[in-house]
This record gives sequence, structure tokens and C-alpha cells, in this order.
Amino acid sequence: MLEKALVGSKKYYALVFFLAAVFLVGFFFFLKQLKFGLGITGMSRDVSWGFYVAQFTYLVGVAASAVMVVLPYYLHNYKDYGKLTIFGEFLAIGAVTMCLLFIVVDIGQTHRLFNVLLHPTPNSMLFYDMIVLNGYLLLNLICGWTALHAIYKGTKYPDWVKPFIYLSIPWAFSIHTVTAFLYAGLPGRHFWLTAVMAPRFLASAFCSGPALLLLLIYIVKTFTRFDPGEKAIKALAKTITYALLANLFLFGCELFTAFYSGIPSHQFSIKYLFAGLHGHMKLVPWMWTAYALMLIAAVLFVIPKTRNNLGLLPLLCILVVIGTWIDKGMGLIIGGFIPNPLERITEYMPTFPEVMISVGIYAAGFLIITVLYKIAISVMESRGLI
Amino acid sequence: MGVLSKGEVKAYAVKPSEKGLTAGRWAMVIDTRVCRKHEPCEECIHACHHLHNVPQIPYKKHEIKWIWKDEFEHAFPDTAHEYANEVLKDREFLLLCNHCEHPPCVRVCPTKATFKREDGIVMMDMHRCIGCRFCMAACPYGSRSFNWRDPRPFIKNPNPSYPTRMKGVVEKCTFCTERLAEGKLPACVEACKHGAIIVGDLADPHSEINKILREYFTLRRKVHLGTGPSVFYII
Ligand code: SF4
Ligand code: SF4
Repeated sequence: MLEKALVGSKKYYALVFFLAAVFLVGFFFFLKQLKFGLGITGMSRDVSWGFYVAQFTYLVGVAASAVMVVLPYYLHNYKDYGKLTIFGEFLAIGAVTMCLLFIVVDIGQTHRLFNVLLHPTPNSMLFYDMIVLNGYLLLNLICGWTALHAIYKGTKYPDWVKPFIYLSIPWAFSIHTVTAFLYAGLPGRHFWLTAVMAPRFLASAFCSGPALLLLLIYIVKTFTRFDPGEKAIKALAKTITYALLANLFLFGCELFTAFYSGIPSHQFSIKYLFAGLHGHMKLVPWMWTAYALMLIAAVLFVIPKTRNNLGLLPLLCILVVIGTWIDKGMGLIIGGFIPNPLERITEYMPTFPEVMISVGIYAAGFLIITVLYKIAISVMESRGLI
Repeated sequence: MGVLSKGEVKAYAVKPSEKGLTAGRWAMVIDTRVCRKHEPCEECIHACHHLHNVPQIPYKKHEIKWIWKDEFEHAFPDTAHEYANEVLKDREFLLLCNHCEHPPCVRVCPTKATFKREDGIVMMDMHRCIGCRFCMAACPYGSRSFNWRDPRPFIKNPNPSYPTRMKGVVEKCTFCTERLAEGKLPACVEACKHGAIIVGDLADPHSEINKILREYFTLRRKVHLGTGPSVFYII
């Protein structure tokens, strides 16, 4: 099947080479970072995690969201998602790969990374994160690949994959829960120290992931004969609607607890993000943009007329993807560090090399997704399915 | 012989010296009244940072510090209030790793590079640390520093008898384990001519430090978080 990745149209080649080139640019900056140290980034003694960890967190959500198509299809036999599941699983493969790369670039002593395996430490949440992320990558490789292979052969997927498919469903929830636990169990970080962290992570994942999937499907649909069908698209739009509302609701719960209780330490980070603290307000415009976009999207998703307008839907998905990305990829991680444990403020913005390294990783991820999607489309074409 | 079966020996990486100082749980009391009397004084900070090759990096974001001073409202943010008296307001407080009884940094470290010794000291293995900085996110006291770049060019007068660090690892106060092993008191204790810093065994009810704690009113930082700091402040 892999040979299908090697032959394609000029546009396909152009995209592959473009993504590979961007990846190489990112890699060049990564070499510079290896040489100088993480001081090349905007991180500091006070904001000790930044853009990398935030992207990691966002992408774990994208990866987990594959379950939103896998679950209805395999558990509820929702046939309309038949063609979509493979694309969901392949998106997950690309997303988890990016997650792992973001961890690699965030580590100070890159070549010591395997110390995590050499000295397994079950009291660290990072230990479990390593297990669930790699496990999830493997599960999606197995499930996605065998399902596609079955189409290739013109058969039904073999019975032995069934347990893996079922396992992948709770596993998807676990990756984002464990990722939330990285933050939610730290005693001094009030912004993260909340029981709704994991549910909120899942809610934002289940709206941002399917929105990204829909966008990719729209692109695929424009350039190939593939069409998941109107019913599938509309069903996925409903999933996004519920998850987006849940996400906003859970954020509202956070606001209530922080401001009705009146406990200052619970309010500091939220104030910093939305109003600025002692004149420091670098993230304020970002956060308002994020929540404005999510609110507008929520209204338009709730109204059936706009939600079911297939021409408008990609635009709505863009609002959701950008809104949730700023919320999680900028606000959530960085906001947790401001103010610092001594209630002093150091602000953070990613530097140019930091952004380039991140863009490089995104290029690598989308390269994987492009190739996998290409194989899937070609296999489906060869079988006359599309 | 204890739990060891026949033929087994208890292995030590370094043979503990006969004259080494030991304790069931090391703790420190800082008499901030004494510090106040001699302000501005940074003898302890200089001694520690010189001895342990802590670099002096001018760029604040990359700063590395094991022991430093800060105001009451930053040292004790949840205890400070706007009606506190002047004495409290301008007194400076020595801050360092608290060698917590239940250290969150140890809990989160994925490689056991940060670990708690039997005597209560929270130690670092800088050769094992992968630089993930999870411990920095977990420490509620901001006690930890990361080497954002090669620290060596910023060590003005290196001390050859203590290792320097490389970029990409975390470091912090070690309670001078290397000195305790040789029977010496921590560098900050020795450096303070006015006797503002006292260390001792918290586990021994008859120890000097326990007597002091019984006698004076002391504070610990953020006790409500359940970390159990081993550094006490006489106010
Ligand atoms: S003060 Fe911070 S670094 Fe020191 S033991 Fe406690 S949690 Fe760990
Ligand atoms: S930075 Fe080093 S000491 Fe800190 S948690 Fe990571 S591996 Fe452990």
C-alpha cells in the first residue's frame, strides 16, 4: 500500500516538498537550540514552560478527538462515519507524532530523554503520559492501517483488530486526562489546580479536533473525488456544537469558583489573562480574541440554519480551531505561571527561533497526515469506492 | 546485618566519613531579626553561590539562584496583609529550597533525578536530570533554577572543588550535603558571622533546633499546601 504514497499529482508532490522544506527550516533552528540551550526561547526562570508544552497540550487534544468518529462508528454502528474513521485515526497519528516531537524539543538534555525509560518513576504523571501517548500512537497505527488494508483487499477488517479498536476508545480519553493531570496536581499553581481540568481538556479537544478534521476533509474534498457525505459532516458538526458548549460552560464554572469565592490566588491568573495584572497585559488581546471567536462560533453552531450550511461550516470550524488554539496553546499553560509562586510577574512571548521550531514540527505532522491521507484516497479510488 | 541476607553487603557510592554530620531530618531556622539588624548583608548568599559555582547571569530571565532575599509579601504571599507593621514590611527574608517533608518536586520528577534522602534533604542528580522542568512547575516556592544556557562563562571565580553544571539541567540548594558529609556546617550557616542561621535535627526532640522552635514564634512558607517545609523563620 505504501507505494501509493510515491505516485501522485504535481500538486501532491509540491505539497510534500513544501512541508518537508519547512520541516528542515525548523530543524535548522532546532540545531541552533541544541547548541545554545533553551535560552534561545522566550522561557524564563518564572515561566519555565512555554509554547512547546502548550502546543503539546493542544495536540494531545487533537489526537484524542479521533474517538469522536471512531466511537459512533464502531460502538453504535453509525455507518455514515465509515469513510471518515480512517481519516480520524490518521489525523491522530500525525497529532501524536507532533506531541512527541514537542516533548523532544522542550527537554533541556535531549540525549538523556531515555532516562525516563531507564529510571521508570510511577509517581510522576509524565511516566503515565509517556505510556498512554506511545500506546495511543500504536493503537491508531494498528487500527487505521488494518482498516485501510481491508479496503485495499476488498474485505472486512480482520477480527483480531476488534479488541484494539475497542481499547482505543477509552485510551483516547486517557491520553487527555493524563495530560490534564500533569497540571492539575501541582500544589502551588492555582490556575491549574482544579478538578474540572481534565473534563475541560476533553471538551476543548472534542470541539477543536473534529473542527480540524472537518477542515482537512474539506481540503481533501476540494482536490479529490472523496466525499464523506452530507450526513457525516452534519453529524460531526453536532459533535463540535456540544463539545464547544461544554468547553465554554466549564470555563464559566472556573470563573464562578474563582470570583464568587473571592479567593485572590484563584483569580490572579484569570485576571492576568483577561485584564492584565499590575500593567502586564501581553496576553489580554489574545484571550479576548479566543473567547470572542469561540462565543461567536457557539452561537452559529447552535443555530441549525448556520450549522447545516455546508458552505459556511468551514468558516465556523476555523473560528473554533483558532479560538481553542489560543485558549490552550497560549493562555492555559502560560497563564498558569503568571504570577509566579512569589507573586511576582514575568511575562512571556515565544521568540522567533521558538516559533520556527514549532512550525517545523507542525510541518512534519502535516507531512505525515498528507502522505497517509494520500494513501487512503488512492486505495479508495483503486477500489472504486469514491 | 539487618535485612541483608548472608553474603550481601550494603553498598555506598561514597563511604560515609566517620566525622560526617547526620540527622533524622535536617531543618533550618532563620532568625530574621538578626538579619534585619545587619542589613544590607548578603554574606550567606555570596558564600553559597561562590562555593557552589552558581553563575551570576545578568539577564533576569535566565537567572540562577540557590539562596536569595525577598520582601515579606513575596516570601509569604498568603500571610502578608496591608496592615502589617513597618518592621515586617521592610525586613528582607532569606529564601531557599525548603527541603519539604512531602516535596512536590520529587513527586513529579520522571527520572528520580530529584529525590529525598533519608535525612530529609531533597537532592538533585544533575547527571540524570533530563531538563523537563516539571519540578519547577511543581515547586510552590520558586526554589529551582534552570540552566537556560551554558553557565560556565558566568562563573567569575570558579571553585575547583565543586562541580559546575552544564546547560539544560535544573539546580537548587542542596543543604550542603557535601559539607555535612565532611562534618562541616552548610556554607550559609558558617558564613553568617551573626548566627542568624541555625541547622539541626528536627527528628531529635532534644536537639538545639527543637528547643528554639519551642521557644520562639516561627513561620514556614505556605504550610497550607501540605508540603511540610523544613525551613523556619523567627519573626
Ligand atoms: S522547596 Fe521546592 S524544590 Fe525544595 S523540596 Fe520543596 S518543592 Fe522541592
Ligand atoms: S527537570 Fe530534572 S529534576 Fe526536574 S523533574 Fe525534570 S528530570 Fe527531574
